[in-house]
Amino acid sequence: MSLLDTPLWEVVKGSFAAEVWDKIAPAVFETLYMTAIASLITLVFGLALGILLTVTNPDGLLPLKMFYNLSGWLINILRSLPQMVMIILMIPVARVLFGKSYGTNPCMVAIAACCIPMYARIVESSILEISKGKIEAAKSMGSTNTQIIVRVLLPETLPSLIRGFTVAIIAVLSMTALAGMFGAGGVGDIAVRFGYQRFQHDVLFAAVYVLIALVQIIQFCGNFASKRIIKKRNLI
Amino acid sequence: MGYVEIVGLRKSFSIRGHPLEVLKNVDLRVEKGEIYGIIGFSGAGKSTLARCINRLEEADEGEIVIGGVDIRSLDKQALLRERRNIGMIFQQFNLFEAKTVYENIAYPLRISKTLRKGIHTRVLEAAKVVGLSDKLAEFPGGLSGGQKQRVGIARALINRPNVLLSDEATSALDPQTTLQILELLKEINAKTGVTILMITHELDVIKYTCSRMAVLENGVIIENGNTNEVFGNSKSKTGEIFFKVYAEFQRGPEFTGGDGI
Ligand SMILES: Nc1ncnc2c1ncn2[C@@H]1O[C@H](COP(=O)(O)OP(=O)(O)OP(=O)(O)O)[C@@H](O)[C@H]1O
Ligand SMILES: [Mg+2]
Repeated sequence: MSLLDTPLWEVVKGSFAAEVWDKIAPAVFETLYMTAIASLITLVFGLALGILLTVTNPDGLLPLKMFYNLSGWLINILRSLPQMVMIILMIPVARVLFGKSYGTNPCMVAIAACCIPMYARIVESSILEISKGKIEAAKSMGSTNTQIIVRVLLPETLPSLIRGFTVAIIAVLSMTALAGMFGAGGVGDIAVRFGYQRFQHDVLFAAVYVLIALVQIIQFCGNFASKRIIKKRNLI
Repeated sequence: MGYVEIVGLRKSFSIRGHPLEVLKNVDLRVEKGEIYGIIGFSGAGKSTLARCINRLEEADEGEIVIGGVDIRSLDKQALLRERRNIGMIFQQFNLFEAKTVYENIAYPLRISKTLRKGIHTRVLEAAKVVGLSDKLAEFPGGLSGGQKQRVGIARALINRPNVLLSDEATSALDPQTTLQILELLKEINAKTGVTILMITHELDVIKYTCSRMAVLENGVIIENGNTNEVFGNSKSKTGEIFFKVYAEFQRGPEFTGGDGI
């Protein structure tokens, strides 16, 4: 069904047809798979990089000006690239890692390269918000830097880290849709192949519903978890 | 030789390229087991002095000896160990909001390999001393200011330190709560013999708790001695101003007619 020859209402109705969802269903799983793995990679490396940034900050626990400036610079460069450009630039990297430059895994390299720096910045700003007094208290009790990071910084900022991670997952999701064009599969790929190239707008609509629903669910879960923790800690 | 002995302490910060001398040749001698008061106006350098003692701030010059240990010459590991012997409580309490009262108090034991045994009994004991036995499962977010400071005190004392640095510990509390906290500190001091350095800008706090005191002004100790003597002598500028302000406050009710609003 195409909007070119069918009224909008008919296309919307058509987008709920069973045969449309037969096409979408496997793509949804591909999207979920890519989002989950890429989010996990983003979480691990983004968190590590974010912590490193805060710790090596000139006012941080272990000031390392060179490292701090260098990684800040690298992050800014990565963040200034449009996602599409990043996917193209990551082709050689993916070829080294996976032996091919096309498909789901190579695209995840590009997604990670985009989202890790973003989440690292979010983590950095979350941790910087923690009051200096708490860190001083931890120091005054003889905590090592590792103990301060693991036992104070991370738990104290958990609600904010979760909210930031929610933003990162949604960014990953939107990028999986883009990566679909580069052979990564998923809902984005379906939307482009059927919706754009073959004018099957009912399929496009269905793909959009899925993306909207996923974003809503992710955001809801993130807000819910972070609010619950804040409430448990009696902070509201 | 006193238990806490500070000689010729200097510390300056560089602010936009210009040096700002915050501590200029500070000498201090505190005997074991006493509650020693340090009073001074905002910006006098009181917090900087306290922070130099446990090396949250590195002094530029001078000597700090606590119980025979030369604090400034300690290497990193030794400093971490020594800090467990110097408790500190703060104006803003600085409790860990992610941890329950129990875990806040237990924190100093949890981070120490040698102290992990018997945590439970010690936390219960410390909570009892500060009167928070029924709040252990709560998070600090739900406590009153006075209760928060009690947690801070229990947390600072769980390691059985020899010295307690109290930096404006009651300045965020109302007068009645202040009195209760000071009472608690006096009680703990009498029971355990912990040496307390009571840093404050409130005369009443010093009067109530300290037998000896020093007045810090612009990074210099301009007067020290027995609290009563220092109180009797208002020659110094700080002394004069402090007592003037104090006297004004005492006269407060006359101005408002005495019956309140
Ligand atoms: N880390 C720092 N960097 C630069 N200047 C500082 C720093 N810490 C303190 N100072 C300056 O040193 C001076 C003394 O500060 P300090 O906090 O020791 O005063 P204080 O006597 O504790 O005052 P208050 O009663 O307000 O707590 C102030 O002028 C302050 O601006
Ligand atoms: Mg201060």
